[in-house]
Amino acid sequence: MTPISLIQSTAETLMDKAAIEIPDDYLTGLKKAAEVEDGDLSSFVLQAMLENYEAAKEDRRAMCGDTGCPRWYVKMGNEAQVEGGPCALETALRRATANATNGVPLRPNRVHPLWRTDHDNNVGINAPEIEFAFEPEGAWIDLTTVHKGGLFGTDYRMLFPSDGLEGIRRFYLDTLIAFGKRGLACQPAIIGIGLGGSKDTCMVLGKRAACLRTVGDRNPDPKIAAMEEEFIELGNSIGMGAMGFVGKSMVIDCHIEVGYCHTGGMQMSMHAFCLSSRRACARIHADGRVEYRTDPQWFTPYLRRETVEWEGLSVAAE
Amino acid sequence: MTKPRKIRLSTTPSPEDLAALKLGDIVYLDGLMYTAREGVYMRALEERANIPMELPRDSAANFHCSPAATINPDGTFRMGAVTATSSFRFAKWIGEWLEKSGAKLIIGKGGMAPEVYRKHFVPHGAIFLTTVGYGTGALLGRGVENVEAVHWREELGLAQAMWVLKCNEMGPFIVASDLEGNCLFERENAKIAPGYAALYEGTKPAVMKRYGETDDRSDEVIG
Repeated sequence: MTPISLIQSTAETLMDKAAIEIPDDYLTGLKKAAEVEDGDLSSFVLQAMLENYEAAKEDRRAMCGDTGCPRWYVKMGNEAQVEGGPCALETALRRATANATNGVPLRPNRVHPLWRTDHDNNVGINAPEIEFAFEPEGAWIDLTTVHKGGLFGTDYRMLFPSDGLEGIRRFYLDTLIAFGKRGLACQPAIIGIGLGGSKDTCMVLGKRAACLRTVGDRNPDPKIAAMEEEFIELGNSIGMGAMGFVGKSMVIDCHIEVGYCHTGGMQMSMHAFCLSSRRACARIHADGRVEYRTDPQWFTPYLRRETVEWEGLSVAAE
Repeated sequence: MTKPRKIRLSTTPSPEDLAALKLGDIVYLDGLMYTAREGVYMRALEERANIPMELPRDSAANFHCSPAATINPDGTFRMGAVTATSSFRFAKWIGEWLEKSGAKLIIGKGGMAPEVYRKHFVPHGAIFLTTVGYGTGALLGRGVENVEAVHWREELGLAQAMWVLKCNEMGPFIVASDLEGNCLFERENAKIAPGYAALYEGTKPAVMKRYGETDDRSDEVIG
Protein backbone atom coordinates (compact mmCIF):
# COMPACT_ATOMS: atom_id res chain seq x y z
CA MET A 1 0.00 0.00 0.00
CA THR A 2 1.60 3.27 -1.11
CA PRO A 3 1.14 6.07 1.45
CA ILE A 4 -0.57 9.17 0.08
CA SER A 5 2.02 11.47 1.70
CA LEU A 6 4.75 9.79 -0.41
CA ILE A 7 2.73 10.38 -3.55
CA GLN A 8 2.28 14.06 -2.76
CA SER A 9 5.91 14.71 -1.81
CA THR A 10 7.14 12.86 -4.94
CA ALA A 11 4.72 14.85 -7.07
CA GLU A 12 6.02 18.15 -5.63
CA THR A 13 9.60 17.16 -6.44
CA LEU A 14 8.51 16.27 -9.99
CA MET A 15 6.82 19.66 -10.48
CA ASP A 16 10.10 21.35 -9.52
CA LYS A 17 12.25 19.14 -11.77
CA ALA A 18 9.96 19.49 -14.78
CA ALA A 19 9.92 23.29 -14.60
CA ILE A 20 13.67 23.70 -14.07
CA GLU A 21 15.64 20.81 -15.65
CA ILE A 22 15.56 20.30 -19.42
CA PRO A 23 15.48 16.51 -20.04
CA ASP A 24 18.82 15.10 -21.26
CA ASP A 25 17.37 13.56 -24.43
CA TYR A 26 15.98 16.91 -25.61
CA LEU A 27 19.17 18.73 -24.58
CA THR A 28 21.31 16.30 -26.61
CA GLY A 29 18.97 16.74 -29.59
CA LEU A 30 19.16 20.52 -29.36
CA LYS A 31 22.95 20.51 -29.08
CA LYS A 32 23.12 18.46 -32.30
CA ALA A 33 20.81 20.96 -34.00
CA ALA A 34 22.96 23.85 -32.76
CA GLU A 35 26.06 22.23 -34.30
CA VAL A 36 24.59 22.14 -37.80
CA GLU A 37 22.57 25.38 -37.67
CA ASP A 38 24.20 28.01 -39.88
CA GLY A 39 21.59 30.81 -39.92
CA ASP A 40 23.07 33.86 -38.10
CA LEU A 41 20.01 34.63 -36.00
CA SER A 42 18.75 31.03 -35.61
CA SER A 43 22.16 30.04 -34.38
CA PHE A 44 22.22 32.88 -31.84
CA VAL A 45 18.80 31.77 -30.57
CA LEU A 46 19.90 28.15 -30.03
CA GLN A 47 23.04 29.24 -28.17
CA ALA A 48 20.95 31.54 -25.95
CA MET A 49 18.62 28.63 -25.15
CA LEU A 50 21.55 26.38 -24.20
CA GLU A 51 22.81 29.12 -21.83
CA ASN A 52 19.30 29.49 -20.47
CA TYR A 53 19.04 25.81 -19.48
CA GLU A 54 22.27 26.17 -17.51
CA ALA A 55 21.06 29.37 -15.82
CA ALA A 56 17.80 27.66 -14.82
CA LYS A 57 19.62 24.75 -13.18
CA GLU A 58 22.19 26.99 -11.45
CA ASP A 59 19.58 29.37 -10.03
CA ARG A 60 16.90 26.68 -9.52
CA ARG A 61 14.44 28.87 -11.38
CA ALA A 62 11.95 27.84 -14.08
CA MET A 63 13.56 27.66 -17.54
CA CYS A 64 10.72 29.61 -19.18
CA GLY A 65 8.53 32.39 -17.77
CA ASP A 66 5.51 30.74 -19.36
CA THR A 67 5.57 27.60 -17.28
CA GLY A 68 2.78 26.06 -19.35
CA CYS A 69 -0.14 24.03 -18.08
CA PRO A 70 0.94 21.34 -15.62
CA ARG A 71 -0.74 17.96 -16.21
CA TRP A 72 -0.35 14.43 -14.86
CA TYR A 73 0.01 10.96 -16.33
CA VAL A 74 -0.38 8.15 -13.83
CA LYS A 75 0.45 4.58 -14.68
CA MET A 76 -0.07 1.71 -12.27
CA GLY A 77 1.03 -1.88 -12.22
CA ASN A 78 -1.97 -4.18 -11.96
CA GLU A 79 -1.23 -4.94 -8.30
CA ALA A 80 -0.63 -1.34 -7.15
CA GLN A 81 -2.65 -0.01 -4.22
CA VAL A 82 -2.91 3.57 -3.01
CA GLU A 83 -3.77 4.63 0.49
CA GLY A 84 -7.19 6.26 0.29
CA GLY A 85 -7.84 4.99 -3.24
CA PRO A 86 -7.77 6.77 -6.62
CA CYS A 87 -9.66 9.86 -5.41
CA ALA A 88 -7.03 10.44 -2.69
CA LEU A 89 -4.38 10.12 -5.41
CA GLU A 90 -6.09 12.78 -7.51
CA THR A 91 -6.35 15.09 -4.52
CA ALA A 92 -2.63 14.64 -3.75
CA LEU A 93 -1.73 15.59 -7.34
CA ARG A 94 -3.96 18.68 -7.22
CA ARG A 95 -2.36 19.71 -3.91
CA ALA A 96 1.14 19.16 -5.31
CA THR A 97 0.28 21.29 -8.35
CA ALA A 98 -0.98 24.14 -6.18
CA ASN A 99 1.94 23.97 -3.72
CA ALA A 100 4.56 23.91 -6.48
CA THR A 101 2.95 26.86 -8.26
CA ASN A 102 3.78 28.98 -5.23
CA GLY A 103 6.94 27.10 -4.34
CA VAL A 104 9.01 27.04 -7.56
CA PRO A 105 7.37 29.55 -8.42
CA LEU A 106 5.37 28.83 -11.59
CA ARG A 107 3.16 31.24 -13.47
CA PRO A 108 -0.48 30.75 -12.40
CA ASN A 109 -1.62 30.20 -15.99
CA ARG A 110 -4.89 28.40 -15.45
CA VAL A 111 -8.01 30.55 -15.59
CA HIS A 112 -11.72 30.00 -16.21
CA PRO A 113 -12.25 30.19 -20.00
CA LEU A 114 -15.10 32.70 -19.75
CA TRP A 115 -14.79 34.54 -16.43
CA ARG A 116 -10.96 34.44 -16.36
CA THR A 117 -11.08 33.56 -12.66
CA ASP A 118 -7.54 32.71 -11.51
CA HIS A 119 -6.97 30.76 -8.29
CA ASP A 120 -3.26 31.61 -8.61
CA ASN A 121 -2.38 27.94 -8.19
CA ASN A 122 -2.91 26.23 -11.60
CA VAL A 123 -5.84 24.26 -10.21
CA GLY A 124 -9.46 24.69 -11.31
CA ILE A 125 -12.32 22.98 -13.09
CA ASN A 126 -10.82 20.02 -15.03
CA ALA A 127 -7.32 21.30 -14.29
CA PRO A 128 -4.75 19.87 -14.00
CA GLU A 129 -5.58 16.98 -16.34
CA ILE A 130 -4.93 13.62 -14.67
CA GLU A 131 -4.83 10.64 -17.04
CA PHE A 132 -4.47 6.98 -16.10
CA ALA A 133 -3.09 3.85 -17.69
CA PHE A 134 -2.22 0.37 -16.43
CA GLU A 135 0.31 -2.39 -16.99
CA PRO A 136 -0.29 -6.11 -16.46
CA GLU A 137 2.40 -6.66 -13.83
CA GLY A 138 3.84 -4.87 -10.81
CA ALA A 139 2.79 -2.99 -7.69
CA TRP A 140 4.54 0.27 -8.65
CA ILE A 141 3.03 3.65 -9.51
CA ASP A 142 4.62 5.83 -12.22
CA LEU A 143 3.96 9.56 -11.93
CA THR A 144 4.77 11.80 -14.90
CA THR A 145 4.18 15.52 -15.03
CA VAL A 146 4.30 17.47 -18.26
CA HIS A 147 4.16 21.28 -18.31
CA LYS A 148 3.09 21.81 -21.89
CA GLY A 149 2.98 25.26 -23.46
CA GLY A 150 -0.56 25.99 -24.39
CA LEU A 151 -1.33 28.15 -27.39
CA PHE A 152 0.49 27.43 -30.65
CA GLY A 153 1.73 24.54 -32.78
CA THR A 154 -1.28 22.27 -32.38
CA ASP A 155 -3.92 21.50 -34.98
CA TYR A 156 -6.38 18.80 -36.03
CA ARG A 157 -7.81 17.84 -39.39
CA MET A 158 -10.17 15.15 -40.59
CA LEU A 159 -8.39 13.67 -43.57
CA PHE A 160 -9.72 10.77 -45.64
CA PRO A 161 -8.08 7.66 -47.10
CA SER A 162 -8.05 9.34 -50.52
CA ASP A 163 -5.85 12.14 -49.08
CA GLY A 164 -3.21 9.46 -48.56
CA LEU A 165 0.32 9.96 -47.30
CA GLU A 166 0.64 13.12 -49.38
CA GLY A 167 -2.29 14.59 -47.45
CA ILE A 168 -0.53 13.81 -44.18
CA ARG A 169 2.69 15.40 -45.45
CA ARG A 170 0.83 18.51 -46.55
CA PHE A 171 -0.98 19.03 -43.25
CA TYR A 172 2.30 18.43 -41.42
CA LEU A 173 4.04 21.15 -43.46
CA ASP A 174 1.05 23.50 -43.18
CA THR A 175 1.06 23.27 -39.40
CA LEU A 176 4.83 23.66 -39.07
CA ILE A 177 4.87 26.70 -41.35
CA ALA A 178 1.75 28.42 -39.97
CA PHE A 179 2.96 28.21 -36.37
CA GLY A 180 6.68 28.32 -37.20
CA LYS A 181 6.55 31.88 -38.52
CA ARG A 182 7.87 34.28 -35.87
CA GLY A 183 8.58 31.16 -33.82
CA LEU A 184 5.10 31.02 -32.31
CA ALA A 185 5.50 27.24 -31.81
CA CYS A 186 8.78 27.86 -29.89
CA GLN A 187 10.60 25.48 -32.25
CA PRO A 188 12.74 23.44 -32.69
CA ALA A 189 10.25 21.07 -31.10
CA ILE A 190 9.45 17.44 -30.56
CA ILE A 191 6.56 16.97 -32.99
CA GLY A 192 3.86 14.51 -32.04
CA ILE A 193 1.42 13.23 -34.64
CA GLY A 194 -1.76 11.34 -33.86
CA LEU A 195 -3.32 9.34 -36.68
CA GLY A 196 -6.73 7.71 -36.53
CA GLY A 197 -8.82 7.01 -33.46
CA SER A 198 -11.73 9.39 -33.21
CA LYS A 199 -11.21 13.17 -32.94
CA ASP A 200 -10.55 13.15 -29.21
CA THR A 201 -8.38 10.00 -29.31
CA CYS A 202 -6.43 11.43 -32.21
CA MET A 203 -5.63 14.60 -30.22
CA VAL A 204 -4.72 12.58 -27.13
CA LEU A 205 -2.43 10.22 -29.09
CA GLY A 206 -0.63 13.10 -30.82
CA LYS A 207 -0.09 14.97 -27.58
CA ARG A 208 1.24 11.86 -25.83
CA ALA A 209 3.46 11.14 -28.85
CA ALA A 210 5.01 14.61 -28.41
CA CYS A 211 5.24 14.65 -24.62
CA LEU A 212 5.70 11.05 -23.49
CA ARG A 213 8.34 9.70 -25.91
CA THR A 214 12.00 10.70 -25.75
CA VAL A 215 14.21 12.04 -28.53
CA GLY A 216 15.59 9.15 -30.58
CA ASP A 217 12.76 6.73 -29.77
CA ARG A 218 11.14 5.09 -32.84
CA ASN A 219 7.71 3.54 -33.29
CA PRO A 220 7.95 -0.30 -33.27
CA ASP A 221 6.14 -0.50 -36.64
CA PRO A 222 9.09 -0.23 -39.10
CA LYS A 223 7.00 1.62 -41.71
CA ILE A 224 5.81 4.19 -39.16
CA ALA A 225 9.40 4.51 -37.87
CA ALA A 226 10.47 5.29 -41.47
CA MET A 227 7.75 7.97 -41.69
CA GLU A 228 9.01 9.52 -38.45
CA GLU A 229 12.51 9.76 -39.88
CA GLU A 230 11.27 11.15 -43.18
CA PHE A 231 9.23 13.79 -41.35
CA ILE A 232 12.21 14.97 -39.26
CA GLU A 233 14.12 15.49 -42.50
CA LEU A 234 11.14 17.15 -44.23
CA GLY A 235 10.53 19.58 -41.36
CA ASN A 236 14.18 20.57 -41.24
CA SER A 237 14.26 21.23 -44.99
CA ILE A 238 11.67 24.06 -44.95
CA GLY A 239 14.43 26.65 -44.70
CA MET A 240 13.08 27.91 -41.39
CA GLY A 241 14.68 27.68 -37.96
CA ALA A 242 14.19 28.97 -34.43
CA MET A 243 11.88 32.01 -34.15
CA GLY A 244 10.99 31.66 -37.84
CA PHE A 245 14.40 32.99 -38.89
CA VAL A 246 16.22 31.55 -41.90
CA GLY A 247 17.64 28.24 -40.70
CA LYS A 248 17.31 24.49 -40.65
CA SER A 249 16.20 23.51 -37.14
CA MET A 250 12.45 23.04 -36.82
CA VAL A 251 12.13 19.47 -35.61
CA ILE A 252 14.24 17.78 -32.93
CA ASP A 253 12.27 14.58 -33.32
CA CYS A 254 8.95 13.37 -34.73
CA HIS A 255 6.82 10.74 -33.03
CA ILE A 256 3.75 9.15 -34.59
CA GLU A 257 1.11 7.17 -32.70
CA VAL A 258 -1.89 5.47 -34.27
CA GLY A 259 -5.31 4.28 -33.17
CA TYR A 260 -7.86 2.27 -35.13
CA CYS A 261 -10.41 4.63 -36.71
CA HIS A 262 -13.64 4.67 -38.72
CA THR A 263 -13.12 2.92 -42.05
CA GLY A 264 -13.98 6.09 -44.00
CA GLY A 265 -11.60 8.46 -42.19
CA MET A 266 -7.94 9.24 -41.44
CA GLN A 267 -7.89 11.73 -38.55
CA MET A 268 -4.66 13.64 -38.02
CA SER A 269 -3.43 15.81 -35.15
CA MET A 270 -0.17 17.72 -34.71
CA HIS A 271 1.45 18.83 -31.45
CA ALA A 272 4.70 20.69 -30.79
CA PHE A 273 6.57 20.11 -27.52
CA CYS A 274 8.64 23.28 -27.39
CA LEU A 275 12.14 24.52 -26.54
CA SER A 276 11.09 24.04 -22.92
CA SER A 277 10.05 20.38 -23.24
CA ARG A 278 9.15 20.00 -19.59
CA ARG A 279 8.61 16.44 -18.36
CA ALA A 280 9.69 14.58 -15.25
CA CYS A 281 8.82 11.09 -14.00
CA ALA A 282 9.22 8.90 -10.98
CA ARG A 283 8.46 5.29 -10.14
CA ILE A 284 7.16 4.75 -6.62
CA HIS A 285 7.75 1.14 -5.66
CA ALA A 286 5.53 -0.76 -3.25
CA ASP A 287 8.36 -0.77 -0.67
CA GLY A 288 8.53 3.04 -0.73
CA ARG A 289 11.62 3.46 -2.93
CA VAL A 290 11.37 6.34 -5.42
CA GLU A 291 13.35 6.39 -8.68
CA TYR A 292 13.41 9.60 -10.71
CA ARG A 293 13.87 9.63 -14.48
CA THR A 294 12.91 11.68 -17.56
CA ASP A 295 11.61 8.90 -19.83
CA PRO A 296 7.91 8.30 -19.08
CA GLN A 297 8.06 4.80 -20.67
CA TRP A 298 4.41 5.33 -21.46
CA PHE A 299 4.03 3.57 -24.80
CA THR A 300 4.60 -0.10 -24.01
CA PRO A 301 3.67 -3.17 -26.06
CA TYR A 302 0.67 -3.54 -23.74
CA LEU A 303 -0.51 0.01 -24.43
CA ARG A 304 -0.18 -0.53 -28.18
CA ARG A 305 -1.82 -3.96 -28.06
CA GLU A 306 -3.53 -5.02 -31.26
CA THR A 307 -6.14 -7.53 -30.21
CA VAL A 308 -8.39 -8.77 -27.38
CA GLU A 309 -6.31 -11.04 -25.20
CA TRP A 310 -2.93 -10.27 -23.63
CA GLU A 311 -0.64 -13.19 -22.91
CA GLY A 312 0.28 -13.56 -19.25
CA LEU A 313 -2.68 -11.59 -17.96
CA SER A 314 -5.11 -13.71 -16.03
CA VAL A 315 -8.56 -12.20 -15.96
CA ALA A 316 -11.32 -13.92 -14.02
CA ALA A 317 -13.73 -15.72 -16.33
CA GLU A 318 -17.35 -14.70 -16.28
CA MET B 1 28.16 33.28 -40.45
CA THR B 2 28.30 36.74 -38.86
CA LYS B 3 27.56 37.29 -35.20
CA PRO B 4 24.85 39.80 -34.35
CA ARG B 5 25.81 43.10 -32.58
CA LYS B 6 25.19 43.42 -28.85
CA ILE B 7 24.00 46.75 -27.44
CA ARG B 8 22.99 48.05 -23.98
CA LEU B 9 19.96 50.32 -23.98
CA SER B 10 18.07 52.40 -21.41
CA THR B 11 14.35 51.74 -20.83
CA THR B 12 13.93 55.51 -21.37
CA PRO B 13 15.94 55.70 -24.60
CA SER B 14 16.63 58.88 -26.59
CA PRO B 15 15.51 59.17 -30.23
CA GLU B 16 19.22 58.95 -31.19
CA ASP B 17 19.65 55.67 -29.26
CA LEU B 18 16.68 54.23 -31.13
CA ALA B 19 17.82 55.51 -34.53
CA ALA B 20 21.12 53.67 -34.10
CA LEU B 21 19.41 50.25 -33.76
CA LYS B 22 19.28 47.89 -36.73
CA LEU B 23 17.01 44.90 -37.32
CA GLY B 24 18.58 41.81 -35.74
CA ASP B 25 20.69 43.70 -33.16
CA ILE B 26 20.83 42.04 -29.73
CA VAL B 27 19.77 44.38 -26.92
CA TYR B 28 20.22 44.31 -23.13
CA LEU B 29 18.11 46.72 -21.05
CA ASP B 30 18.80 48.88 -17.99
CA GLY B 31 16.19 50.80 -15.99
CA LEU B 32 12.53 50.38 -15.09
CA MET B 33 10.19 48.28 -17.20
CA TYR B 34 6.51 47.51 -16.63
CA THR B 35 4.37 44.60 -17.75
CA ALA B 36 1.13 45.43 -19.55
CA ARG B 37 -0.97 43.08 -21.67
CA GLU B 38 -4.72 42.67 -22.33
CA GLY B 39 -5.74 43.16 -18.68
CA VAL B 40 -3.87 46.46 -18.27
CA TYR B 41 -4.88 47.68 -21.74
CA MET B 42 -8.55 47.04 -21.08
CA ARG B 43 -8.43 48.67 -17.66
CA ALA B 44 -6.45 51.71 -18.74
CA LEU B 45 -7.97 52.27 -22.19
CA GLU B 46 -11.51 50.89 -22.06
CA GLU B 47 -12.34 51.45 -18.40
CA ARG B 48 -10.29 54.67 -18.31
CA ALA B 49 -8.68 53.85 -14.96
CA ASN B 50 -5.78 56.11 -13.92
CA ILE B 51 -2.44 54.48 -14.69
CA PRO B 52 -0.62 54.06 -11.34
CA MET B 53 2.77 55.18 -12.74
CA GLU B 54 4.20 58.35 -14.21
CA LEU B 55 4.63 57.38 -17.89
CA PRO B 56 6.85 57.72 -19.83
CA ARG B 57 9.04 59.53 -17.26
CA ASP B 58 9.49 56.42 -15.09
CA SER B 59 9.62 53.97 -17.97
CA ALA B 60 9.10 53.92 -21.72
CA ALA B 61 9.34 50.13 -21.88
CA ASN B 62 6.16 48.04 -22.00
CA PHE B 63 6.73 44.28 -21.62
CA HIS B 64 4.05 41.83 -22.83
CA CYS B 65 4.69 39.49 -19.97
CA SER B 66 3.30 37.60 -17.02
CA PRO B 67 6.19 36.57 -14.79
CA ALA B 68 6.45 33.26 -12.96
CA ALA B 69 6.43 35.02 -9.61
CA THR B 70 4.69 34.96 -6.30
CA ILE B 71 3.92 37.37 -3.46
CA ASN B 72 5.22 36.25 -0.08
CA PRO B 73 2.97 36.47 2.99
CA ASP B 74 5.05 39.49 4.18
CA GLY B 75 4.24 41.33 0.94
CA THR B 76 7.66 40.93 -0.70
CA PHE B 77 7.94 39.41 -4.16
CA ARG B 78 9.73 36.34 -5.40
CA MET B 79 10.59 36.46 -9.09
CA GLY B 80 11.42 33.25 -10.93
CA ALA B 81 11.48 33.07 -14.72
CA VAL B 82 10.35 35.86 -17.04
CA THR B 83 9.28 35.53 -20.67
CA ALA B 84 6.92 37.27 -23.05
CA THR B 85 3.55 36.32 -24.46
CA SER B 86 2.71 36.60 -28.19
CA SER B 87 2.26 40.27 -29.02
CA PHE B 88 0.26 40.15 -32.27
CA ARG B 89 -2.89 39.67 -30.17
CA PHE B 90 -2.61 43.19 -28.72
CA ALA B 91 -2.79 45.08 -32.03
CA LYS B 92 -6.24 46.53 -31.30
CA TRP B 93 -4.95 48.51 -28.28
CA ILE B 94 -1.39 49.36 -29.26
CA GLY B 95 -1.98 52.67 -31.09
CA GLU B 96 -3.94 54.18 -28.21
CA TRP B 97 -1.47 52.77 -25.68
CA LEU B 98 1.56 54.30 -27.44
CA GLU B 99 -0.30 57.64 -27.50
CA LYS B 100 -1.29 57.52 -23.84
CA SER B 101 1.85 55.96 -22.30
CA GLY B 102 4.57 57.47 -24.48
CA ALA B 103 6.19 54.02 -24.67
CA LYS B 104 9.19 53.81 -27.01
CA LEU B 105 10.00 50.13 -26.51
CA ILE B 106 7.33 47.49 -26.91
CA ILE B 107 8.85 44.23 -25.75
CA GLY B 108 7.15 40.93 -26.41
CA LYS B 109 7.10 37.66 -28.28
CA GLY B 110 7.34 37.51 -32.06
CA GLY B 111 6.73 41.14 -32.96
CA MET B 112 3.59 42.58 -34.54
CA ALA B 113 2.29 42.87 -38.11
CA PRO B 114 4.26 45.22 -40.42
CA GLU B 115 1.14 47.36 -40.93
CA VAL B 116 0.93 47.91 -37.17
CA TYR B 117 4.51 49.20 -37.11
CA ARG B 118 3.85 51.57 -40.00
CA LYS B 119 0.51 52.82 -38.70
CA HIS B 120 1.26 53.13 -34.98
CA PHE B 121 4.95 52.63 -34.09
CA VAL B 122 6.50 54.95 -36.69
CA PRO B 123 4.39 58.05 -35.81
CA HIS B 124 5.19 57.53 -32.11
CA GLY B 125 8.91 56.92 -32.62
CA ALA B 126 8.67 53.46 -31.04
CA ILE B 127 10.32 50.15 -31.88
CA PHE B 128 9.66 46.49 -31.08
CA LEU B 129 12.07 44.24 -29.18
CA THR B 130 11.35 40.53 -29.21
CA THR B 131 12.38 38.03 -26.57
CA VAL B 132 14.61 35.17 -27.75
CA GLY B 133 13.89 31.46 -28.05
CA TYR B 134 11.35 31.16 -26.90
CA GLY B 135 12.03 31.70 -24.16
CA THR B 136 15.11 32.48 -22.14
CA GLY B 137 13.10 32.80 -18.94
CA ALA B 138 15.94 32.06 -16.55
CA LEU B 139 18.34 34.51 -18.24
CA LEU B 140 15.73 37.28 -18.23
CA GLY B 141 14.88 36.49 -14.62
CA ARG B 142 18.54 37.07 -13.72
CA GLY B 143 18.29 40.53 -15.29
CA VAL B 144 15.53 41.59 -12.88
CA GLU B 145 17.33 43.31 -10.00
CA ASN B 146 14.19 44.08 -8.07
CA VAL B 147 10.39 44.06 -8.23
CA GLU B 148 9.55 47.72 -7.48
CA ALA B 149 5.76 47.33 -7.34
CA VAL B 150 2.81 45.24 -8.49
CA HIS B 151 -0.11 47.48 -9.48
CA TRP B 152 -3.70 46.32 -9.98
CA ARG B 153 -2.96 42.95 -8.40
CA GLU B 154 -6.41 42.78 -6.79
CA GLU B 155 -8.24 43.97 -9.88
CA LEU B 156 -6.42 41.87 -12.49
CA GLY B 157 -4.81 38.89 -10.69
CA LEU B 158 -1.12 37.99 -10.57
CA ALA B 159 -0.77 37.07 -14.26
CA GLN B 160 -2.37 40.24 -15.65
CA ALA B 161 -1.18 42.73 -12.99
CA MET B 162 1.20 45.57 -13.83
CA TRP B 163 4.61 44.44 -12.55
CA VAL B 164 7.27 47.14 -12.29
CA LEU B 165 10.71 45.59 -12.74
CA LYS B 166 14.14 47.14 -12.20
CA CYS B 167 16.37 45.75 -14.96
CA ASN B 168 20.11 45.37 -14.90
CA GLU B 169 21.55 44.28 -18.24
CA MET B 170 18.37 42.31 -18.81
CA GLY B 171 18.38 40.31 -22.03
CA PRO B 172 18.82 39.09 -24.64
CA PHE B 173 16.21 40.83 -26.80
CA ILE B 174 16.30 41.20 -30.61
CA VAL B 175 15.40 44.39 -32.51
CA ALA B 176 12.32 43.31 -34.53
CA SER B 177 11.29 46.72 -35.93
CA ASP B 178 13.13 50.00 -36.53
CA LEU B 179 12.10 53.66 -36.58
CA GLU B 180 11.21 53.40 -40.30
CA GLY B 181 8.82 50.54 -39.58
CA ASN B 182 10.93 47.81 -41.18
CA CYS B 183 10.02 44.36 -39.86
CA LEU B 184 12.61 41.67 -39.10
CA PHE B 185 10.13 38.78 -39.34
CA GLU B 186 8.76 40.07 -42.68
CA ARG B 187 12.33 40.17 -44.01
CA GLU B 188 13.00 36.57 -42.85
CA ASN B 189 9.65 35.30 -44.19
CA ALA B 190 10.48 36.76 -47.62
CA LYS B 191 13.79 34.89 -47.68
CA ILE B 192 12.13 31.56 -46.84
CA ALA B 193 9.04 31.85 -49.07
CA PRO B 194 10.69 31.02 -52.46
CA GLY B 195 11.31 27.46 -51.24
CA TYR B 196 7.65 26.62 -50.56
CA ALA B 197 6.70 25.56 -54.10
CA ALA B 198 9.36 22.83 -54.22
CA LEU B 199 8.53 21.73 -50.68
CA TYR B 200 4.85 21.15 -51.53
CA GLU B 201 5.47 19.54 -54.92
CA GLY B 202 3.36 16.41 -55.35
CA THR B 203 0.92 17.25 -52.54
CA LYS B 204 -2.65 18.32 -53.25
CA PRO B 205 -5.20 20.17 -51.13
CA ALA B 206 -7.21 18.02 -48.72
CA VAL B 207 -10.33 16.49 -50.29
CA MET B 208 -12.49 18.34 -47.78
CA LYS B 209 -11.76 22.07 -47.51
CA ARG B 210 -12.22 24.35 -44.50
CA TYR B 211 -13.80 27.80 -44.52
CA GLY B 212 -11.51 30.77 -44.33
CA GLU B 213 -8.40 28.92 -45.49
CA THR B 214 -5.51 30.27 -47.48
CA ASP B 215 -3.23 28.22 -49.71
CA ASP B 216 -0.71 31.06 -49.96
CA ARG B 217 2.15 30.01 -47.65
CA SER B 218 3.68 33.48 -47.76
CA ASP B 219 0.55 34.67 -45.97
CA GLU B 220 0.95 34.98 -42.21
CA VAL B 221 -2.12 33.52 -40.58
CA ILE B 222 -2.01 36.09 -37.78
CA GLY B 223 -3.69 39.50 -37.46
